[in-house]
Amino acid sequence: MRGLKKVCSTLIAAGLVMGVLSGCSTEEEVNTVSTDGSTSMESVISFLSEAYMDKNSDVKVTYNPTGSGSGIQAVQEGRCDIGLSSRNLKDEEKESLNETVVALDGIAIIVHPENSVEDLKVEQIAKVYKGEITNWKELGGDDAPIVCIGREAASGTRDGFESITGTEDSCKYAQELTSTGDVVQTVSSNPNAIGYASLASVSDSVKAISVEGVKPSNDTILSGDYKIQRNFVLVTPKDKDLSDTAQAFYDFCLSKDADEYITKAGAVPVAK
Amino acid sequence: MQTLKKSADALEKLMRMIFTVCGFIAVAFVLLITVFLIVSGTPAIGEIGITDFLFGTEWASTAKEPLYGILPFILTSVYGTFGAILIGVPLGILCAVFLTKIAGKKLSAFVSGAVNLMSGIPSVVYGLVGMIVIVPAVREVFGLPDGANLLSAILVLAVMILPSVISVSETAIRAVPKEYEEASLALGATKTETIFKVILPAAKSGILASAVLGIGRAIGEAMAVMMVAGNVANMPGIFKSVRFLTTAVTSEMSYSSGLQRQALFSVALVLFVFIMVINLILNLVVKREKK
Repeated sequence: MRGLKKVCSTLIAAGLVMGVLSGCSTEEEVNTVSTDGSTSMESVISFLSEAYMDKNSDVKVTYNPTGSGSGIQAVQEGRCDIGLSSRNLKDEEKESLNETVVALDGIAIIVHPENSVEDLKVEQIAKVYKGEITNWKELGGDDAPIVCIGREAASGTRDGFESITGTEDSCKYAQELTSTGDVVQTVSSNPNAIGYASLASVSDSVKAISVEGVKPSNDTILSGDYKIQRNFVLVTPKDKDLSDTAQAFYDFCLSKDADEYITKAGAVPVAK
Repeated sequence: MQTLKKSADALEKLMRMIFTVCGFIAVAFVLLITVFLIVSGTPAIGEIGITDFLFGTEWASTAKEPLYGILPFILTSVYGTFGAILIGVPLGILCAVFLTKIAGKKLSAFVSGAVNLMSGIPSVVYGLVGMIVIVPAVREVFGLPDGANLLSAILVLAVMILPSVISVSETAIRAVPKEYEEASLALGATKTETIFKVILPAAKSGILASAVLGIGRAIGEAMAVMMVAGNVANMPGIFKSVRFLTTAVTSEMSYSSGLQRQALFSVALVLFVFIMVINLILNLVVKREKK
C-alpha cells in the first residue's frame, strides 16, 4: 500500500515537473520544507535553500530564526521539518532526535598584523575577554593595553565564541560591532585590538593567531585540532520519516553539491 | 457646450479630490507611525516597569536574567547631541557670516555649492570616513587604547549637522535689513562689531532655529554613529565606548525576539518622543520669529 502511494506521488510529481517543463500553466502545488532554529546558521541555510529552490522551483524552503534550543523543540513538537542547531544534541534529546553534522564553523581569533603574539590558549582568550588580562605584555607581546572587539548581543558568531570559551554574559567589550567586516576592519586599524570572526571572512589585513598551537584552516577545523569551532547540525525526528520534499532537501544539504554553497556561506563542509 | 462644461467640472472635482488625498497622505503616515510606535512600544515598558526602563543603568538584553535599563542610551544621546551642537553651531554660524558678509559673490556661490553638496552625502559615508580617519586620529591624539568613543561620535555628528545649521542661519542673516548694518557702520562701528553686536542679535531667532534643527539631525542619526561610537551599553563618558538610542535599536533589531524586541520598540518610542519635543520647540521658535 505504501509502495503504491509512493509510486503515485512520484508519478504526480513527475507530471508536475513535465507540466512546468512544457510551460503549461497548470496550478502547481508548492511544496514547502520548513526549517527552524539557530541564527548562526542563517547564512548557511539561506545559501543552501536558495540554491535548492533555484533547481526545484516547485519547492519552497522556509527558515525561522529562533535559536538552536527553540529549533530542537520545534522538531520534537512537529512544528517544522528540519531543525537547525549550532550545538550538538544533549543525550536526552538524542532519544527522540537524530543529529547530522552539515557543516563546521571555525571562529578565527584575529589581531593586528604587527602584533607579535602568535599563539594563545583558549583559557587565555577567555581571560582577555573577561577583562582579567588587560595588557599584551602578559601574553608575551608589547606593553600595550588589549582592546577587545566583539559582535552585537544577538550575533551567532558571538554566541559561538562565548559558548566555546565559556565567557557567556561576562565579556568586557571595547566595541560591539554589527558585522564581521566591521570587526576585521577595526582590528586591522588598531594595533592593540583582538577580535573574532568566521574563518572565511578573515583577510590579509589581519593576522589569525593559532590556538593551542594550531593554525585555523579548513583542514585543522575538519580534523578537530583547531579548538574554537562548533558543529552546524541538522536535527530530524527519529520516530517518523521526513516528507519526500523535506528528505530531498535534506539529502541535497548533505551531498557533495552543497559544499560549494556551504563554503560561500563562510562555513567548512564536512568530508564526504 | 453644456456637456463640455459639465465634463470640465467633473475633471475639476476629480483633480480636487486627488490633490486633497495627496495632501493628507503625509498626515496619514505620521498618524500611522505614531499609533504603531505607541501600540508596539508601551507593552514592554509596562512589563519592565517605567522607572526600571527609563532609569535603569544596565542593558543586558540577551543575558540569562535580562536587564532593560535605557538610561545609558538616553544620556549618551543627550550628551552626544549637546557636544555636536557645542562644536557644530558656532562653526556653522561663522560660516554663514562668511557666506553673507565676507565672501564675494563668486566665492560665496562656490562655498554654498560645497555646503549643499555636503548635505547630500549619505550618512554611511560620514561613518566610513569617521571610522577610518577620526577613530584612529582620536586614539593617537589622546593616547587611548581605542578611538571608538563618544568623542569620535560627537566629532562626526558636528560635521553632519553643519549643512542644516549653515543654510538656516544664512537665511536668517540675509533677512536682517541692510539699514541696520549701514547705520551701525555709519556710527563708526567696525565690521566685526557690526556682525557680532548688530547682525547676529537681529538674526537671533533664526539662528536658534538652526540650532534646534541641528539637534534634531544629531539625535536621529544612526548609521554614522554606529560606525564610530563602539556600541557598548556603557554609561556615557567622553572616552568610553557608548551606544545611542538609535544604535540600540539598529544593532539588535535584526535578531531580537520576545521581550527584547518589544523593548527595542520602546526605545524607538522614547526616541520618537524626543524628536517630537524638539520639533515642538522648533515650531515655537519659528512662530516667535514671525511675530
